Amino acid sequence: MCSILGIVNENGKLFSANYIIEGISLMNERCNGLGGGFAAYGLYPEYKDYYALHILLKDVELKDQVTEMLKDYVNIYKDEEIETRNVERIPQDYTPWRFFVDVPERYTNDADNYIIDLAMKINSTGGALVISSGKNMGVFKAIGYPDEVAKLYKLDNYKAYMWLAHGRYPTNTRGWWGGAHPFSILDNSIVHNGEITSYGTNKRFLESYGYKCSYFTDSEVLAYLWDLLVRRHKLPIELASEVLAPPFWEQIERMPPERRRIIEALRMTYGPAMVNGPFGIVIANGSGLTGVAGNGTMVGLSDRIKLRPLICARKNDTTFMASEESAIKAVCKNPDNVWAPRAGEPTVAMVNGDV
Amino acid sequence: MEMYSSVPEFRVVIDRQACRLCKRCIENCSFGALEWRDNKVKAFDDRCVACQRCVSMCPEDAIALRRMPSVMSAHPIWTENARRDVFTQSRTGAILLASTGNELHERVIFDNLLLDACQVTNPAIDPLREPIELRTYIGRKPRFVELEELGDSVRLKTELSPALRLEIPIMIAQMSYGAISLEAHEALARAAVMRGTTMGSGEGGLHKKLYPYADHIIVQVASGRFGVHPAYLKAGAAVEVKIGQGAKPGIGGHLPGTKITEEISEARMIPIGADAISPAPHHDIYSIEDLAQLVNSLKEATRYKKPVLVKIAAVHNVAAISSGICRAGADAIVIDGFRAGTGATPKVIRDNVGIPIELALASVDQRLREEGIRNETSIIASGTIRNSGDVAKAIALGADAVKIGTAALIALGCTVCKRCYTGKCAWGIATQEPELRSRLDPVEGAQRVSNLLLAWSIELKEILGAAGINSIESLRGNRDRLRGYGLDHTTLEILGVQPAGS
Repeated sequence: MCSILGIVNENGKLFSANYIIEGISLMNERCNGLGGGFAAYGLYPEYKDYYALHILLKDVELKDQVTEMLKDYVNIYKDEEIETRNVERIPQDYTPWRFFVDVPERYTNDADNYIIDLAMKINSTGGALVISSGKNMGVFKAIGYPDEVAKLYKLDNYKAYMWLAHGRYPTNTRGWWGGAHPFSILDNSIVHNGEITSYGTNKRFLESYGYKCSYFTDSEVLAYLWDLLVRRHKLPIELASEVLAPPFWEQIERMPPERRRIIEALRMTYGPAMVNGPFGIVIANGSGLTGVAGNGTMVGLSDRIKLRPLICARKNDTTFMASEESAIKAVCKNPDNVWAPRAGEPTVAMVNGDV
Repeated sequence: MEMYSSVPEFRVVIDRQACRLCKRCIENCSFGALEWRDNKVKAFDDRCVACQRCVSMCPEDAIALRRMPSVMSAHPIWTENARRDVFTQSRTGAILLASTGNELHERVIFDNLLLDACQVTNPAIDPLREPIELRTYIGRKPRFVELEELGDSVRLKTELSPALRLEIPIMIAQMSYGAISLEAHEALARAAVMRGTTMGSGEGGLHKKLYPYADHIIVQVASGRFGVHPAYLKAGAAVEVKIGQGAKPGIGGHLPGTKITEEISEARMIPIGADAISPAPHHDIYSIEDLAQLVNSLKEATRYKKPVLVKIAAVHNVAAISSGICRAGADAIVIDGFRAGTGATPKVIRDNVGIPIELALASVDQRLREEGIRNETSIIASGTIRNSGDVAKAIALGADAVKIGTAALIALGCTVCKRCYTGKCAWGIATQEPELRSRLDPVEGAQRVSNLLLAWSIELKEILGAAGINSIESLRGNRDRLRGYGLDHTTLEILGVQPAGS
């Protein structure tokens, strides 16, 4: 069991972290204090052309080593320690650091893949973990309940137009900073409630596309799968969702011919990318995606037999996606609309405003 | 000179009080082990192969077979079998023939692999309440799907290679008409149709009676090229090139002329009574590029509408060979492990050449992944699949599907007496004698094989459901859901499996 919550303003208006903190804290019963985290989009408008690398350092002395490594690959525009305060229950296992970097000119036409390779390289050294690597966004996570993690990172100082939050109850690996959600790669972040029974299949499939899984936890594969399907293979969000939670063959057979051809091709090709086991996920993406206008998206999706809850709501230009309706109601008393998406069907909110 | 080798392996025990002298056992014994002498049934133990036919047919249950009570002085190295073989060869001066699979290596790695199940954190899925899918496509898959936007709609731009659609990931292996009877062949074909899977024609062509089932038959092209003609290739669901088989890697085949009846001669396209000799290599394949040419010409001949499979025996260098086969254009690679069965093979080859399917499968899957070409070919594992547990484990190790041979024959009545090569199969399976063939009813046989496949499918769904998986593709290559128990470190490493408890 875990708690997930996503809030997005579709006009790109920034709002404070207090809403997401209050909402996620209401679901503390779904987590056990062994992991909490947030992703925020629209954080760094003044540096929005730079990749913002949030890196957890096992030892603050590693900072120089990481800096040297980064310098070999990218130009560092600015770096600083991410401000934290002491929170009694959170062990100070890591020091979070942020780097704003850009890619040397000769690599700019493949900058995204270049950054992913770099992040995977740093992660595989052990000691330093790149927890987010997108532009104008960042991930904050640690051991603790979500509200404690928010306190640790002084999140009340930040404003964003799209927030994700997660409270963890680890079941397949120990609780540690790196294992907390969101999992993030470039502009994609994901929070996940569930346990992926197809992890081994997904992981080995991703490895053959060059991804390295280094967080020892199943949820990580979701972020990479989404990156592969949506960014690299340019599948529209709706069809990428059909890959993660495909319709049953019986349903496929009843589809109109052209649709059937597409879905069959997707299932045959991306069978190993199918995510099995119970899941409710919210995926945030900070940039425009294939087939989607605007500057960002938030996608809510559950497994195809809906073994985990997912509730969505809307109020004016704000969309909420959560494990529980109560979490939404805690921050939005009277939504215009509340609904439970059907099993395996994505709910997509698009950010159309300037961000 | 009298030698011990004449002492039989089994003793036929007849309860004289129960026997009502109906002679049914005598009629049924195709090995001549029972005869009518002095107004009673006399058993010739040395001819008995323990096929169980007389036991089953006796209306009074008056016959029992025992292992010969006489024992030899024990020796751990010079086992009875080892001594028997020496006796036999000192008498005949010939190669020892054998049937079925490897008998020397009793250990089966599948038995040391344990499957996983969900507890608490993850709900197990009840297959009686929720759908669990077993459908499998065999063939080349693209690396990604490309779509084309046309106004409001999207269209598929990627063209998919022809694939074999299986409703269950269990196929019936290649067994030739000639090695087995027409009735057995028909039973297997009918069962494949009933369960939405395929059977293999084997290398003996296809009897015209089987053409109605051909869309569920993978037609084989082996080194003898028996029965290969355009209509045969086009009729099949797919074409399979046999390079080798697990029971006799590197060894050809020999169907004696006495078995080439009129019907077999027609299917194999050779004269009646002529020996059907399959050379050890294909005479047009002396290296990998020759295989590529054959694969391509078979695709050309079938107008690129059928997947082409290539079957090899699991030998030491199987991973590198498979990579070559994949790059030669094979849509699927069939890997036949060293325990795979056969109708006839030199015993020394059967027992000593090749490697276990579990290790071969794991290393091929891993190698193709490392080379980034795993999607370009399917892997089919065969040789030791005895139950649905073996099927699940093979798939978790990386197989797309498995093939069963011996298990399907047992479903038809085979008792594994290991005398296929004599052509006297008392159950009408591995024989061409009309009287023996008439003992096997293809319709009833098909029902039994179909039942077996159905039972395994239901069990597979239980296994998947317990593991919290509702579609077979999420078990494929999912070595995380396996644990090794009692396996050494190196074996585990090759299998890519963690030890139990870790």
